[in-house]
Amino acid sequence: MIDTPHEPHLALHVEDLTVSYQSKPVLWDIDFDIPPGVLAGIIGPNGAGKSTLIKTILGLVKPVAGHVTIFGDTYRKQRRHVGYVPQRTSVDWDFPTTVLDVVTMGLYGHLGWFRRPGRRERDEALDALAMVNMQDFARRQISQLSGGQQQRVFIARALVQKADVYFLDEPMAGVDATTERAIIDLLHRLRDEGKTVIVVHHDLQTVRRYFDWLMILNVRVISQGPVEQVYTGPNLRQAYGGQIALLDGQAVMQDQPTTKRDATANHGER
Amino acid sequence: MIETLLQSVPFQIMLTGALVGMASSLVGTFLVLRGNSMLSDAIGHSIVLGIVVVWLLTHQQSGPFQIAGAALTGILTVFLTELLVTTRRVKKDAAIGLVFPMLFAIGVLLLNVYARDVHIDTHTVLLGEIGFVWLDTVDVLGWSVPIALLSMGGMTVLNALFIGLLYKELKLATFDPDLAKALGYAPGLMFYALLFLTSGTAVAAFDAVGAILFVAFVIVPPSAAYLITDRLSWMFLYGGLIAIGSSISGYYLASWWDVSIGGMMALMTGTFLLVAFLLSPRYGVIARLIRQRGQHRSNETRTLAVHLYNHEDSARRDEENVTAALREHLLWDRGKARRVLLECLDRDIVRREGDILTLTEKGRGLAREILAPHGG
Repeated sequence: MIDTPHEPHLALHVEDLTVSYQSKPVLWDIDFDIPPGVLAGIIGPNGAGKSTLIKTILGLVKPVAGHVTIFGDTYRKQRRHVGYVPQRTSVDWDFPTTVLDVVTMGLYGHLGWFRRPGRRERDEALDALAMVNMQDFARRQISQLSGGQQQRVFIARALVQKADVYFLDEPMAGVDATTERAIIDLLHRLRDEGKTVIVVHHDLQTVRRYFDWLMILNVRVISQGPVEQVYTGPNLRQAYGGQIALLDGQAVMQDQPTTKRDATANHGER
Repeated sequence: MIETLLQSVPFQIMLTGALVGMASSLVGTFLVLRGNSMLSDAIGHSIVLGIVVVWLLTHQQSGPFQIAGAALTGILTVFLTELLVTTRRVKKDAAIGLVFPMLFAIGVLLLNVYARDVHIDTHTVLLGEIGFVWLDTVDVLGWSVPIALLSMGGMTVLNALFIGLLYKELKLATFDPDLAKALGYAPGLMFYALLFLTSGTAVAAFDAVGAILFVAFVIVPPSAAYLITDRLSWMFLYGGLIAIGSSISGYYLASWWDVSIGGMMALMTGTFLLVAFLLSPRYGVIARLIRQRGQHRSNETRTLAVHLYNHEDSARRDEENVTAALREHLLWDRGKARRVLLECLDRDIVRREGDILTLTEKGRGLAREILAPHGG
């Protein structure tokens, strides 16, 4: 990757990024910028490469070509300023540990090798739990949580990092309406504090209400920018093909079985 | 006193068994949690090749370098397996099944060709002979100590140090490898280090318990511990205790029945697993049955409370809220009706006035809570 810092005024700058599994490219030449202080959504159909894009930005998947900067520096250098909320289903919730312990894991990056978390880390984790209204569950075994509670614990684990840029992979997938409301309120609050929040999202109905910046992805970038400019019929049709119908200028998913799956939970996607 | 204990053959055997169990269950805990326990089976077999090759090269069977050298075949197994998996034409379990029998077979053949007359033979390779650990000794500070005891003690200390120092890193890498990588830890490297120690443990343990029984010591104590506790740190403690308990009880039962000591020790780990499976306070079968029964009972009292609540102000109250209605309307038999009613009276949910049943304030509260759980 590159050594010289550039685009320091952008929270996220992705240039010419191509990623492939085996020989098949899953992301083609992605150019993608996000200014600081926005709540940005990434949408696209199943298999569009949304999760892969986030994983590549965070160095979990090695790109074939291209590079990424966060506030002008490589992810490796900015690691401490980035919080990551993976898909809830990506871990085993029967792991023998407590809610508080999972949230404390968010601080392992700050602690570094060999150092154990202490009282200070515990207090910070408790504060983060309070932000998602889960303080009463601190001592609970994680297998006893509902889906929505699991998601809130995962978000607390990222909050405890006190990052500047947050990446969330499908945080609303499979959670109840109350939790979704609580999560989006929290994300808005983070944005209002000047943080940059980037969310992989699957529910087209809520895009305009939730986000102020949007990127539509389907292997390549279809469109990006302020949500009101990007969230248009032609753009959506280009990304989702014929699965979209337009009603009153608002894009709505058609009632087809295949489309429904796109519109609701698509956890299985990488 | 320590000297007589150390010189006693039964003590040496039990201690060796306990050390095999502790060293194995330390690394085994992470393998079990990762869902990779069968890798220990693969490793246990393919290190035979490593042991033979190292023996052919150095004519030595024990010693730190020999152990490390032979342990490399364990790493080779995992590496070849993952190489096969990345072709996407072979599934992971099939890849494991392809690689380790091949390496094991090469090991057995080499053994047949070059090492006919030496102490390592096919039988020992598979089952080990913990009963003879006292034959191979070295002098340490004037005491003659079995080599197996030294190498197993070394492996136990090494594994404990590795896990003690990298406890938080290993925990994170096991629970959420993606986050571990994103935070700058190297989960892949840590996994290989863990497998290297597993292989080293297998090599050191193989003299005592052989390739096949080693697998029991890696998988079973942690699995039993996983049934007993839901805290990672306690899993290590319980795993260690089960390993010690298995080797002591295994030794005495084996001498009593005059059967293979290693085999009996492995069987005892299984016995502990069975006990945990049945009796564990949270995840055990019996605890679960009792809990289900309790829930069943409490649902019965709740049913009665809701029934009385629904008919409290209705015209048919005198018909519905009487003891006879339990049988006629709720279709409970006499015994059940009596039991539920008595429990409701005991718990101050229901009051009886002649034949009429009325809810107490507490009973009314319970019914309301059931019918409108969110206070609506």
